[in-house]
Amino acid sequence: MTSPISGGVDCDLHPAVPHLTSLLPYMNDYWRDQVTTRGMTDLVSQSYPTNSPISSRPDWRPAQGKPGSSLADVQHQALDRFGTAYGICNPLYGVQMVFSEDMADAFCRALNDWLVKEWLDKDDRLRGSIVIPVQSIEKAVAEIERCAQDQRFVQVLMLVMGDMPLGKRHYWPIYAAAERLGLPIGIHAGSAYHNPPTSVGWGSYHIEDYVAQAQAFQTQLTSLIVEGVFARHPKLKMVMLESGFTWLPPFLWRLHKFWRGVRMETPWVDRAPLEIVRSNIRFSLQPVDAPPEPETLNRLFDHMQSDELLLFSTDYPHWQFDGDEVLPRGLSPELVRKIMIDNPHATYPRLKVGHDPEKRPPVFGQGHAQN
Amino acid sequence: MNIQIRERPDAASSTGIKTAIADCDIHPARATKDELYPYLAKRWHAHLETFGIQAYQGMMEGPPYPKAQPNASRRDAYPPEGGPQGSSLSFMQKQHLDPNNVALGVLNPLATGQGLRNQDLAGAVCSAINDWQIEKWTSKDSRLKGSVVVANEDGVSAAAEIRKRAGDKNFVQVLLLSRNVEPLGQRRYWPIYEAAQEAGLPIGVHAFGFGGNPITASGWPSHYIEEMVGHSQCQQTALASLVLEGVFERYPKLKMVMVEAGFGWAPSLAWRLDKVFARLHSEVPHLKRKPSEYIRDHIWWTTQPMEDPESRDHLFQTIEWIGWDKLLFATDYPHWDYDEPSRVLPAGVSDANRQAFYLDNAKQLYGVS
Repeated sequence: MTSPISGGVDCDLHPAVPHLTSLLPYMNDYWRDQVTTRGMTDLVSQSYPTNSPISSRPDWRPAQGKPGSSLADVQHQALDRFGTAYGICNPLYGVQMVFSEDMADAFCRALNDWLVKEWLDKDDRLRGSIVIPVQSIEKAVAEIERCAQDQRFVQVLMLVMGDMPLGKRHYWPIYAAAERLGLPIGIHAGSAYHNPPTSVGWGSYHIEDYVAQAQAFQTQLTSLIVEGVFARHPKLKMVMLESGFTWLPPFLWRLHKFWRGVRMETPWVDRAPLEIVRSNIRFSLQPVDAPPEPETLNRLFDHMQSDELLLFSTDYPHWQFDGDEVLPRGLSPELVRKIMIDNPHATYPRLKVGHDPEKRPPVFGQGHAQN
Repeated sequence: MNIQIRERPDAASSTGIKTAIADCDIHPARATKDELYPYLAKRWHAHLETFGIQAYQGMMEGPPYPKAQPNASRRDAYPPEGGPQGSSLSFMQKQHLDPNNVALGVLNPLATGQGLRNQDLAGAVCSAINDWQIEKWTSKDSRLKGSVVVANEDGVSAAAEIRKRAGDKNFVQVLLLSRNVEPLGQRRYWPIYEAAQEAGLPIGVHAFGFGGNPITASGWPSHYIEEMVGHSQCQQTALASLVLEGVFERYPKLKMVMVEAGFGWAPSLAWRLDKVFARLHSEVPHLKRKPSEYIRDHIWWTTQPMEDPESRDHLFQTIEWIGWDKLLFATDYPHWDYDEPSRVLPAGVSDANRQAFYLDNAKQLYGVS
């Protein structure tokens, strides 16, 4: 196996909200009352059923409660275990599934405040992603601006399957705010289930939904590139999280071929798709959808034509690897350093800034949540 | 590609005598709107004049994403006698079949009854298209073989049409499209697979179609290029559905051809399926083997639009992961993204693999000598 080196950045950790009621302290009176009076249920998404083998490695599954809900477990099993200097928290609580933009806004604000109080304040290695109510651009931008005051928020988080393709102009104010504030957009596996979870309709099985995440990332990458997001926002970085990456080379061969053929349709796309990916798109390491033999994987890395695209991730507590084999076999020490340290720091400029408590304005807490 | 700047070299004279090839994706068209009427009951003539063709998309004619050029076809492929590209047998012979020495040409008619909302109309149009393929094409040129088109959303009617054509040497496969009302592994489509297996016909699954679902799992994109690229993602999820629903476990002799959706994505999809299956096999206990094994044994791939990486080694490595015995050469004539036979495969391929790629795999799969 390839050993991880200490001081790395784990770009995909999933702290779990124990229950919707855990967010009540972070909601105002109206929403607290709504949740209670209407008997709202826990927002667990079908993308990750709590007891599905994918949702937690067997030895990371706690005796009780949701996997990833205990800070001590995350510290012991992920941060300490792999010598992690920074861990980026990407909460996958199902707030994107609701249809009301007001409800989504209240839940996102509560979730972000919960992350600060229950996680970021308790371990200096942890960083956060801002979860946004994408149904309302105004509210999403406002939430980004509110949270970005805390430098420990290092990215904005969206799901790969939502209401519309992510390149659509509708979303551009979100990207403008992120670019202005030095926040990459993290796009994580998962669906709001506002559309069928595959482009050919509803399948029968959880396993189908999970496999189809990779195809959803492919269509989003097409949308982001051909709509011209990166021509308008050249400094914006986007990170595909839990996307897989072995599909990238053949995907780009096809996109490149059709771009050459019909580029008159999208004349603002003034660079080849591969160049846009190299400058603006990154991928988390896990899952590695490839056979374990180093020869095959090294060929795949060669097909990717860049050593700057991958960012280290454990995807904790999801079950992507066993034991300490978080890095695929056969990686060179140079590539390990790139994936674990250099590439993440080049992607997330806020990582180091947020480390200094002096620079952290105390804007969060109970009082703020009452607004 | 889009605008023909240079003259195409005359295929016959450019390299002397051509090696015979199979073209596993040719699109025949109708010269006139009423060319199908002789094969349709009177009732449907009036119906079509009054209500037209109602598919799972809103346009009364033409596609919702306008193509890059008329009929998505080559500007130099209009027959001299008039009509759209691909509508004249004599011009197809002159422009494509003869100069490229096509020994086997598989017809995949696209504007058929597939994907229509009215299932009675869908069945009638599909049956008419099948008669029309014999009358206009396969009976006039023995190199050409037809595909049985079926009312894909009505499994019972589709199976009956397949059984009607079983044993007819004019046909070498059943044709489905990748995008349907549900993913292709769903049970509503199983009668089609049962009948195809019984008839000994492979099923070609051609990219395209309308089933009412957005072409991304995040809704409708803006551009034609997104639809074009997106067909490969639709094909991936359709294939995953076929594997995970256990279609190949239930119909072990069934063979399928992925047509015009690329093949470069196959290794990554198979690896992902295997990896996730190792975790989640308890959800799909009807699968007795790894997903990649079903794909390796049951799936063939047409080549056009040919994967085109900068490095030919990347192409060869990808093909090795899939198998040289599983690729079927195709041009997509007369469509605009046509692949020129002489330029598709880079140098450095063994004669045996070249022969398999261009001709032998297709002859063997389709049982054509």
